[in-house]
Amino acid sequence: MRRIPLSALIGLAVTGAFFAVALTAQWIAPHPIDEIVSPQIWAPRSPEFPLGTDSIGRDLLSRMIFGCQVTILVATAATVLSFTVGSVLGFLAATAGGWVDQILSRANDLIMAIPSLILALVILSVTPPGIVTLVLVIGLLDATRVFRLARAVAADIAVMDYVEAARLRGEGKAWVIFREILPNALSPLVAELGLRFIFAVLFISTLSFLGLGVQPPLADWGGMVKENAAGLVYGVPAALVPSAAIAVLAISVNLVADWILARTTSLKGGRGV
Amino acid sequence: MSDAASDILLDVRGLRIEATVHPPGERARDVVIVDDVSFTLARGRVLGLIGESGAGKSTIGLAAMAYGRGGVRITGGEIRLGGRDILKAGAAGLRALRGREVTYVAQSAAAAFNPARRLMDQVTEATLRHGLATREQAEARAIALFGRLGLPDPERFGERYPHQVSGGQLQRAMTAMALCPRPGLVVFDEPTTALDVTTQIDVLAAIKEAIRDTGVAALYITHDLAVVAQIADEIMVLRQGRMVEQGPTARIIGAPRREYTRALVSVRSMEHPEKPAGGQVVLDVANVSARYAGLPRDVLRDVSVAIEAGHTLAVVGESGSGKSTLARAITGLLPPSRGRIRFSGRVLSPDLAGRAREDLRELQMIYQMADVAMNPRQTVATIIGRPLEFYFGLKGGERDARVQELLDAIEMGRGFADRYPAELSGGQKQRVCIARALAAKPKLIICDEVTSALDPLVAEGILRLLLDLQAQEGVAYLFITHDIATVRAIADSIAVMHRGAVVRYGPKSRVLSPPFDDYTDLLLSSVPEMRQGWLEEVIRHRKMESAGN
Repeated sequence: MRRIPLSALIGLAVTGAFFAVALTAQWIAPHPIDEIVSPQIWAPRSPEFPLGTDSIGRDLLSRMIFGCQVTILVATAATVLSFTVGSVLGFLAATAGGWVDQILSRANDLIMAIPSLILALVILSVTPPGIVTLVLVIGLLDATRVFRLARAVAADIAVMDYVEAARLRGEGKAWVIFREILPNALSPLVAELGLRFIFAVLFISTLSFLGLGVQPPLADWGGMVKENAAGLVYGVPAALVPSAAIAVLAISVNLVADWILARTTSLKGGRGV
Repeated sequence: MSDAASDILLDVRGLRIEATVHPPGERARDVVIVDDVSFTLARGRVLGLIGESGAGKSTIGLAAMAYGRGGVRITGGEIRLGGRDILKAGAAGLRALRGREVTYVAQSAAAAFNPARRLMDQVTEATLRHGLATREQAEARAIALFGRLGLPDPERFGERYPHQVSGGQLQRAMTAMALCPRPGLVVFDEPTTALDVTTQIDVLAAIKEAIRDTGVAALYITHDLAVVAQIADEIMVLRQGRMVEQGPTARIIGAPRREYTRALVSVRSMEHPEKPAGGQVVLDVANVSARYAGLPRDVLRDVSVAIEAGHTLAVVGESGSGKSTLARAITGLLPPSRGRIRFSGRVLSPDLAGRAREDLRELQMIYQMADVAMNPRQTVATIIGRPLEFYFGLKGGERDARVQELLDAIEMGRGFADRYPAELSGGQKQRVCIARALAAKPKLIICDEVTSALDPLVAEGILRLLLDLQAQEGVAYLFITHDIATVRAIADSIAVMHRGAVVRYGPKSRVLSPPFDDYTDLLLSSVPEMRQGWLEEVIRHRKMESAGN
């Protein structure tokens, strides 16, 4: 294992901390998510409420912790979905070629031609709200990007002699995709995974901010920015806390993704074994 | 060297070159790639640098311009050009030097030219940039060089774009580019290696003539001793960054002093007695034509060849002759448009999908580039073991034991099963590919230029291994190559291909003895021979023939 650069270490530590908070939210949050704990709205920071209270007097720290859980859960689920769907279809298009490739690629182009935020807003406004719907919409819309990358990477690998050797041996599509192509396509895909995760975080935050994302009583960071945005006018910083959390998570995941990308596409080391 | 000291153009002393390597999974470290190399080159003379890949010959060639490629650094010694130490020249001094006093001819002309600009602009660029001539003068000089290098229509040649001329013409255009600023020294880095053998001879003759006429000194880098023997006054043999032997060309090829040089000189003389015909026919290709989708004409025209069990058919031809397409038609990757292929008594389905697993098993393939023929993420045990599992259902210990047997058969022994391809040398990689093909217990192995990417001594080892395995297992080979020496070394019968058709076919002894057809004659006479004066003889012979016609 080569040395991990400092930026990546910081990124790993912060990202790890966010995930730890998400996993243990139920135990570490001082108050339930929707309990009104103070008669004072937008109370300033105090020993009792370290981050103050929100627009209707709920503990902001507890809501941040539960918001972390919801944000990361939805983003992770959406990323996993987009990668599974996007890469499997991308590999299939690259190995099958011909009309399979044409149909998949053109359908993908069609979806990508519509701005994804607008498409998501339209779909979410006509479907019943819920976490599952949200994950499906974000995941499938993001899958179009993964499809493009996976297809491009796999198309490069599919023309290699070792893939031809496997085909001449009589191997089936599953072996070619999962045993010959996937292990060699993994590095660029893993690097992309980090970036897509951030985009999922930003996407769900945007949707919640616009009121079509996570619905009460659950809360995510984007929704909390919206709830507390009015306070900014009165000099109440409550909306800045979730905003900052989104930014820090995005940057820390990016630092890790950068490192993986540099490691896997390095001119000197190439795709390390 | 009888030349006076004032005639010495390039004087290299105690050259040491290092580079930083980044092996996967390890810390970066410095390695010495050239150590303690010294030579002198007089004005107007040609020094041949010869060695296998990794010998440091290109690195030394670039060092003559005080240039290190990638992370390569010149860390010791002196390089004096015209009496001046160019390692101390500084950036501005080097800019003035490169492209003016020293110029460079790269191996791949296609990659060295900018496809978006006309040849004339690129050929005269360095001359104009250095302010050595006006545009009119430079273009007149370039046209004169085009003529001297035997390019067609020299007046108009420069108006073309790189893709509009052939590979051999492009290589000559690059030579014109190097000679245009009237440098004192030209570094030729494998200028004919990427060319077909019949093209190589023209380019070689053109370069030789141009060197003689312009009186320029040259470093000629190549791995082919027979080529350098035609052009160099002196030869330096290199191995792993160190000098093995240096001397006049006649002495190096006539009376080599070192063991390694002797091996290089004799490497192309391997002979293989032809096996008697009359065995069972394992592969019978009858009247096969094939074309790629979207192309108007057939790339394979009415090809008929046959191979007997345990024999080797060599398919010889230049690039574009259709020899690899023949392999694709036989393996089913490119279904023929006409004709029929019989394999061990059965008619093969034209496309891969229609073939039985038994047909696939008995017909194996080995590729030119072993690097990309093996999955870099699989261990040697997986690579060789998969056919065993796939065709014979071998698992666990049984499979591992058979993998080791196969590794022993390819003379690699223990300790290789858990390695990845990146941890093998070029020759070892090709051996593993041979083992993978053997694992299927095939009746026929198609070998597509399997030795072309290897150094001569390693290639010879692979050829010997293939012959041994043939004797043991009785497997037949369809051996595709462009190299006549390889054909002599391994074939029982030969098919010469030209423009998609078989122009000559039969047992080796008959194909390689006169009377020849025109193409086979051209092909055979183009193979460089390991003696001085061969090039002139061939050129004179051809001129006489064309005058006679």
